[in-house]
Amino acid sequence: MAESFKIALAGNPNAGKTTLFNRLTGARQHVGNYPGVTVEKKEGIYNSATGARIKVVDLPGTYSLTAYSVEEVVARDFLIHEKPRVVINITDAANLERHLYLTCQFLELGVPVVIALNMIDVARDRGIAIEVAKLAELLNVPVVAISARSGEGVDELLQVAEQVAQTNKDWEPVYIAYGEDIDGAILEMEEQIETNSFLTDTYSSRWLALKYLENDRQVIDKGRSFAGKHGRGEVADCLEGKVEEVGKHLLATMETYPEAIVADHRYGYIKSILRQGVITHTYDADRLYTSDRIDRVVTNRIFGPIIMLAVLLGLYHFTFTYSELPVGWLEFLFGWLTTFFERVLPDGHLKSLLVSGIIGGVGGVMGFVPIIMFMFFGIAILEDSGYLARVAFMMDRIFRIFGLHGSSVMAYIISGGIAGGCAVPGVMATRTLRSPRERMATLLTAPFMNCGAKLPVLALMIGTFFSNNQAQVMFMLTLLAWVVALLVAKFLRLTVLKGEPTPFVMELPPYRLPTFRGLAIHTWEKTWQYIRKAATVILGASILIWATMTFPGLPDSQKAIFEKQRQEILATYAELAEQPLAEGRSVPVSPELTRQLAAIEGARAEQALLHSLAGRLGRSLESVSWLAGFDWRTNIALVGGFAAKEIVLSTLGTAYSLGEVDPEDGGSLSKTLAADPSWNRAKAFSLILFIMFYSPCFVTVVCIIKEAGSWKWGAFSMAFNTVFAMLLSTAVYQLCRVFGVGG
Amino acid sequence: MVGRIMLREMAKGQSGTIAGVKVAGELGRRIREMGMVPGTIIKIQGRAPLNDPVALRVMGGTLTLRNNEADYIEVEVE
Repeated sequence: MAESFKIALAGNPNAGKTTLFNRLTGARQHVGNYPGVTVEKKEGIYNSATGARIKVVDLPGTYSLTAYSVEEVVARDFLIHEKPRVVINITDAANLERHLYLTCQFLELGVPVVIALNMIDVARDRGIAIEVAKLAELLNVPVVAISARSGEGVDELLQVAEQVAQTNKDWEPVYIAYGEDIDGAILEMEEQIETNSFLTDTYSSRWLALKYLENDRQVIDKGRSFAGKHGRGEVADCLEGKVEEVGKHLLATMETYPEAIVADHRYGYIKSILRQGVITHTYDADRLYTSDRIDRVVTNRIFGPIIMLAVLLGLYHFTFTYSELPVGWLEFLFGWLTTFFERVLPDGHLKSLLVSGIIGGVGGVMGFVPIIMFMFFGIAILEDSGYLARVAFMMDRIFRIFGLHGSSVMAYIISGGIAGGCAVPGVMATRTLRSPRERMATLLTAPFMNCGAKLPVLALMIGTFFSNNQAQVMFMLTLLAWVVALLVAKFLRLTVLKGEPTPFVMELPPYRLPTFRGLAIHTWEKTWQYIRKAATVILGASILIWATMTFPGLPDSQKAIFEKQRQEILATYAELAEQPLAEGRSVPVSPELTRQLAAIEGARAEQALLHSLAGRLGRSLESVSWLAGFDWRTNIALVGGFAAKEIVLSTLGTAYSLGEVDPEDGGSLSKTLAADPSWNRAKAFSLILFIMFYSPCFVTVVCIIKEAGSWKWGAFSMAFNTVFAMLLSTAVYQLCRVFGVGG
Repeated sequence: MVGRIMLREMAKGQSGTIAGVKVAGELGRRIREMGMVPGTIIKIQGRAPLNDPVALRVMGGTLTLRNNEADYIEVEVE
């Protein structure tokens, strides 16, 4: 029985790492997060032919091992601190030169490496022949040609990796020559580092010196804090001073930078190896591949945008239309559960908790599951096929103006950029953005779009107060949502998310047909994450919201008044029917009686809501909200809307003692509002604006917290959006009043 | 046209050899690690519908970068 050990998969994005990982570990994967960052940590178990239990860690895809992106820091720290026995470095055989850049950095770090020449079949089709043995000899590491997709060579790769792991040899850093200036500096710095044992527990002295010269923020900061802890400030000063000196010299003599020299020499090293007969091209190296031919149409000036519009519309339809059926099943199930418990349980808090709090909450959580699944499936197709990179390419020019990234468009559209989306999957869709600041700006502004839950509320307001041109108003509101989202994104990028745009430099990977297995694993992983991480929080919050709208309950004296009214009416009808009440016989049902009882129940519910925590909050907010034209009834409804935007309608119904209002049919509420003299167009428009832009519903807030990696961003989005909406609504309402519009 | 021009000025389909990347920091690093170092042959594959970003053929793969990022890259053309 062989021992168990850990290996890491590393490589550039698009090298086929995930495909290999899925092939090795199948469904036996665990997806978590690296502590403190939102980068996914994927681990799985591979049982080798020799019976070894190999723990496989899929490191985030990176082009380099500098410390510019979180992905790079995570990958590097993992290698340095966890010391895997072997790293399988997956490279694209058809793009070997570029992929070996990362390989160089593994070799310089010294970690034992096995190179997997992936997509060897694609390279062969393109007429690229690679001398595997020659490459292995020149780099002095094992090289195996594989196709992660078809499985070719994968067994051999793992055998070789296992052999390397079994020898468990020491790390042997490779030295690459960087020319006189850099090499001289490295030697001097190495001496300093060695004699002072400066960070030598963690890093090799040469590697450390090189990172200083590459101006690596993480290493320089670590040097500073080490120096502070051990009173070695002079060593850190000396190292940083040396870097500055070399930098100045290079700039003066060659107009270049140390890090540029390092990169040039690494590529020089790669070229020197590949030129020794490793790669031969049978065909013309520059011929047009199928992928380029597709791009000629798909990113064409005229057809490109049209096709993109169609694809994004298709994704939208797929996500929201096809998920309707399973969403319907879930609604039916939870509806049935609600009716069941309403029937069997006695009236009271337990029933209310179970029906409104728990079943409503679980139903709310589960209701998103099919939508999230469909969306991630759709996005996985776009991403795995390579189309998503083209969307970013085509949209970047517009989105960059607002400090966003070309990929932001997808999150916006799913959130309701085409009215009727949902911010929950929209916020989750920002995962495809690799630029941290652009991603944050997108996920904070995506909830401004008109999601499906806002629509019935907007529709009712428009239908009641702007009935002459409903379609135009709705269209204007959709445009307005885009304008506000983009402008607020710009504002955020100039303030809280200030910073240079993340470089756009990216790959347009060749088009590939996604594998069903890859899509299925991808979709399931993301959906399960939502259920596991968000669901519990959402359920808790939903119970909390229920409690604020229920407690404290009406005092007994008031309950007694309503009960008395009820009894009086029942008695009156009993008399009318000339039947004694107490005989255990029910009062004959008449429409008039039902109506009167409903009126009393409505009045009771209104009083109960007013008495509850939410009601008190609504009343106390009146002192501010009147500026935007909102009375306490509207306020309570808006508080309720935090649970889910469509609840604004039912709460408003309760507040106007109408009893239950079906969000799909607000006829009675519409009539009440139209007849109420306190309502006018100005107030309605102010409310529409507020509903569009105030705090996202709490499910979205939970997702923002999960995606941004900190509860602070959730709190920020609630506070910022609400203040923003309040200012906007107040400004509009007050202007309307001053100019006497909509009065 | 022979000589050194900036990448932004290159026409669609034109190829050349990178002569210099005049930027440090994150952008410089991203550009270099993707293979755009002096000596690399590039070819302009196309531009986005709004003329920006630009798509390049570099070492057998396709890369994109914004025009203002391309402004740091000097290219030797024939």
